Amino acid sequence: MISQVFILSSQGDHLIYKDFRGEAGSDVVSVFYEKVTALTGDQPPVVMSHGDLHFVHVRQGGLYWVATTTSPGSSPFTIIEFLNRFSALVKDYCGSLSEKSVQMNFALIYELLDEVVDYGYIQTTSSDVLKNFIQTEAVSSKPFSLFDLSNVGFFGAETQQSKVAPSSAASRPIQSSREQGGRSEIFLDVIERMSVVIGSKGVVLKADVEGEVRVKCFMPSCSEMRIGLNEEFSIGKSQLRGYGAAVRVDECRFHQNVHLDEFHSNRVLRLCPSQGEQTVMQYQLSDDLPSAPPFRLFPTIERDSGGRLLMYLKLRCDLPSKRFVVISALSQELSSPDQSAELKLQNRAIDWKIPRFIGGTQLSALFKTSSPPPHPSPPPPPVGPVVLVFELPQLTVSGLQIRFLRLSPVQPAPSQRWIRYVTHSDSYILRL
Amino acid sequence: MPYLGSEDAVRELRRALSNPNVQSDQLRYRNTVLKAIRAMSQGVDVSDLFSEMVKACATVDIVQKKLVYVFLCSYATLNPELSLLVINTLRKDCQDPNPMVRSLALRNMTNLRLPSLVEYVEQPLAAGLRDRAACVRRVAVLGWAKLHNLQPDAEIDAAVVNELYGLLRDPDPVVMVNCLRALEEILKKEGGVAINKPITHHLLNRLKESDVWGQCEVLRILQRYHPQSEDELFDILSLLDASLVSPHPPVMAATLGLFLGLCSGLPAVSLAALERVRGPLLAACGSTSRETRFTALCHIQLLLRSLPGLMGAHYKRFFCGYAEPAYIKQRKMQVLVELVNDENVAMLLDELKGYCTDVNPETAQAAISAIGRIGRSYSDRCLEILTGLLGLKQEHITSAVVQTMCDLVWVCPQCSDTVCSALEGCEEMLQDSQGRQALLWLLAAYGERVSSAPYTLEGFIDRVRSEASLGVKMELLTTTMRLFLCRPSETQDMLGRLLHYCIEEEMDMCVRDQALLYYRLLHCGIEETHKVLHGQRSDPSLGVLIGRPAEPINQWAYSFNTLEPLRQAGVETEPASRGSPEHVTFDPKPNTDLSDTLNCSQIEKLGTPISGQLLPFFFAEPLKFHQVGWGASVHSHFQISPEMFNRVQVRALAGPLKDIHRVVPKPLLCYLGCVLRFVVLLEDEPSPQSEVQSALEHVFIQDVSVHCCIHLSLNPD
Repeated sequence: MISQVFILSSQGDHLIYKDFRGEAGSDVVSVFYEKVTALTGDQPPVVMSHGDLHFVHVRQGGLYWVATTTSPGSSPFTIIEFLNRFSALVKDYCGSLSEKSVQMNFALIYELLDEVVDYGYIQTTSSDVLKNFIQTEAVSSKPFSLFDLSNVGFFGAETQQSKVAPSSAASRPIQSSREQGGRSEIFLDVIERMSVVIGSKGVVLKADVEGEVRVKCFMPSCSEMRIGLNEEFSIGKSQLRGYGAAVRVDECRFHQNVHLDEFHSNRVLRLCPSQGEQTVMQYQLSDDLPSAPPFRLFPTIERDSGGRLLMYLKLRCDLPSKRFVVISALSQELSSPDQSAELKLQNRAIDWKIPRFIGGTQLSALFKTSSPPPHPSPPPPPVGPVVLVFELPQLTVSGLQIRFLRLSPVQPAPSQRWIRYVTHSDSYILRL
Repeated sequence: MPYLGSEDAVRELRRALSNPNVQSDQLRYRNTVLKAIRAMSQGVDVSDLFSEMVKACATVDIVQKKLVYVFLCSYATLNPELSLLVINTLRKDCQDPNPMVRSLALRNMTNLRLPSLVEYVEQPLAAGLRDRAACVRRVAVLGWAKLHNLQPDAEIDAAVVNELYGLLRDPDPVVMVNCLRALEEILKKEGGVAINKPITHHLLNRLKESDVWGQCEVLRILQRYHPQSEDELFDILSLLDASLVSPHPPVMAATLGLFLGLCSGLPAVSLAALERVRGPLLAACGSTSRETRFTALCHIQLLLRSLPGLMGAHYKRFFCGYAEPAYIKQRKMQVLVELVNDENVAMLLDELKGYCTDVNPETAQAAISAIGRIGRSYSDRCLEILTGLLGLKQEHITSAVVQTMCDLVWVCPQCSDTVCSALEGCEEMLQDSQGRQALLWLLAAYGERVSSAPYTLEGFIDRVRSEASLGVKMELLTTTMRLFLCRPSETQDMLGRLLHYCIEEEMDMCVRDQALLYYRLLHCGIEETHKVLHGQRSDPSLGVLIGRPAEPINQWAYSFNTLEPLRQAGVETEPASRGSPEHVTFDPKPNTDLSDTLNCSQIEKLGTPISGQLLPFFFAEPLKFHQVGWGASVHSHFQISPEMFNRVQVRALAGPLKDIHRVVPKPLLCYLGCVLRFVVLLEDEPSPQSEVQSALEHVFIQDVSVHCCIHLSLNPD
């Protein structure tokens, strides 16, 4: 049971405030902001209390999404999931999540809140139901830009670029499809997050992959969708299928609307996607990756006679030689001009940025401390781990692929289907 | 916060709203209304526009209607008379052919929260229950709950209640769930909606039709149901099995909560259910949402209390990610400590060692104390890491290591040799009071084995004038006294200086009293001093962490899937931030749950070996006092009414009890045995034979055979 819902910007500006039960005044908004900013870094901020009132909040898009409740017996899972779902709805309806988009679309958000929660009870968060009730148009916060025109060729001819959806194509309000009519698109994203720990001797200590298949549907009405996964896809350790290299995951969970009757025989998921974004399938894989981790590091750390630190890092990308964009963190002295390195004193870290890293190659960097350490004979300060932050497009570490994406019956209007793969680093740690 | 010129803005808006030109242009009218709402949500008081808004309500534009309703519901309570004007429009809308308009009108009619309007609302609400559109029925059902809460004393209309029970069979699942919610509120005094066998079975059969939120609500309400036979129970359980491994954490948690409630008499079944949720819980721990992750971690900690081996094989899932916030890292470390076993200890310690040098000092400290806790079972490996960390010569790390060592030797006296040799030379690196207190305590306990102890102390005593921390001064006194007992020739001189300073110059009452106490004690002779001061140096009975008995599930089942596990988190980590312990005051209230966790048998167990401890009470008359900080220990033997000790203040906690962490909930970590000092300040002059005093004596001597020194009439300045 939720008493109030409010949204605050990171500076504490009141963006949205709605009271459902009249159990507390609107002054608690400021109380919340004072409390949450007064916390030290290690105190868990998720649940805070003020008298009888409990604040539960999540952070999405740089905003505080707060629900208050008076009953300590409320389920934290429910409230947090609700707040996350609500912010996803706002994102669907407004196109993107930011202070600006929330500010511009406040009427829409009030309308959404009104339909989603009544008297503190969650009524529905399904965009299929909501689309019948939501009347306000989203205001897009994107300013007009000349760059948008660059996709249009001379005399309206199709250019190469117009065949590729820009990466921001999916971040627009779902409702706009109703007016623009033509653009009925479906985006199917396979997103994997890696968390890897590689020990100092190059041994993989931990390698986990969390993956999900997400559908973002802009079609006003979509009948049935069939998604074909790799035929060799298997779940669990014992179950192996086919002869080729099996694509194996440890655990797999599906959205409740997914029909699995064809899954066991043909690895086909059937579902009727609702408008907006939803996660069709989640899976995870621990320890037993089908391929070696994508990056390896060969460090050499030395100290010269003056106690200066010399760090020579060789980073190797073991991916098949395709082009990869890697945004990578840590260290400096670069072998190529388009890289950059920066010393961040606050985090006591060196930030080494590599805009593009081609598979099968290696890059190296040399870092030196220029001043000798202050004390005459100090113990060598430890060099912390190297953390890689990257994004690998067009690749899944688990090997999961989408064989096909079919809509049945075939849509009358031309529909565009986009399938995208991406692997992020959740936490890719290489110990030195 | 109204900004400058808000009055002008309101005037401007009013002019625009009442401008007939604007009113005739639908789009302009809507935009003006929009501006008013925007001002409202930015915190401007626009309640003056109420009458204009009432007019704006009568429109065919649904968007505008919705906007106006947002306004009206926010300000209706300020303008009850004007709100009456809205009712007519709303009642007319309730007849509208469009179900959306009907539901909108009905919802806002009930959201106005004006008891005076109830009579106008009842009729449309009753009609709404029989509306053919489900969305109207959903609103109408909850509307009755709102009406009831507006007039909680009014008699409950039995006809409405019956109708609501009837609507449990409504084809729309949301109407069904809303009926449950409404009945639950209306019948709160009777214990909520009646959950009998037919209703339960009906709800369970239709569970799959609801969405996640509906399922959670139904599962929560079903917790009140008691199956009539074991067969029925197992039927229900097997029906719910699929929900138990639901990919949606709320459903999974609600189902487990129901399982634990239903199977409270069948521990084996409950344990099996815990095993089942392992997968979904672990998945929630890897969720993209930090908050979900944190919630899942807190609940895993609950589960581990009953099933310590539950996550053993999955310890790698609790390794901290690089970018995770500190509060999640700390939770993960707490879980990791629980998961340690012979196979994974090397990996685990290696991982934890990596966190010790974290940029965030709190995370580093938490990692170090986690290693210390593992050290209770694997002391050699951990001590090696800890002494290695001292070599880094980092202030916060050294401080955390010394504190951890101090805790470790208290449990594992066999570590003392390593610790003593590690202590040499680390006093320069200790800057914070907690670290120095820990060092002093270690010197007090093992001073005869640390060759440089007197020099270290000398340094402390030379700087005592500039010492700001009360705790350090108190600890310094005790340490010097104890070191004097074992190495008199080296310390006699500095003890004299310290006592002189504390008695003659020190401003703080506590330190002065303590010094006076020691001074008088020395007058009583060395034998007596020895008896009082020579405390225990360790307490092996405090147990090893591993292999501790699994708690029965019922101990925590009530708090599962509530906010409590997440909030307890707050309580526990507060001391970890190492706020100065010396002025910690216990409210009487938290004490009640303290005494729940600390049962007296534990205290008695601790009590026997530590006779000869020091527990001075200071009674100082003129200090206004209302506090009895009744520590944690003695509640069952305590016969005298607690009002006597209105509030006792725990002013200083000396000895290894430097950290409230030990006293607060975790029973295993309660070092109650050592020097726990209460400063009891009474409002009136206590007679030596006063009831309070004898009660205290009685209690302490009975529970923890402690030597109790009571000093009367220390003259207050």
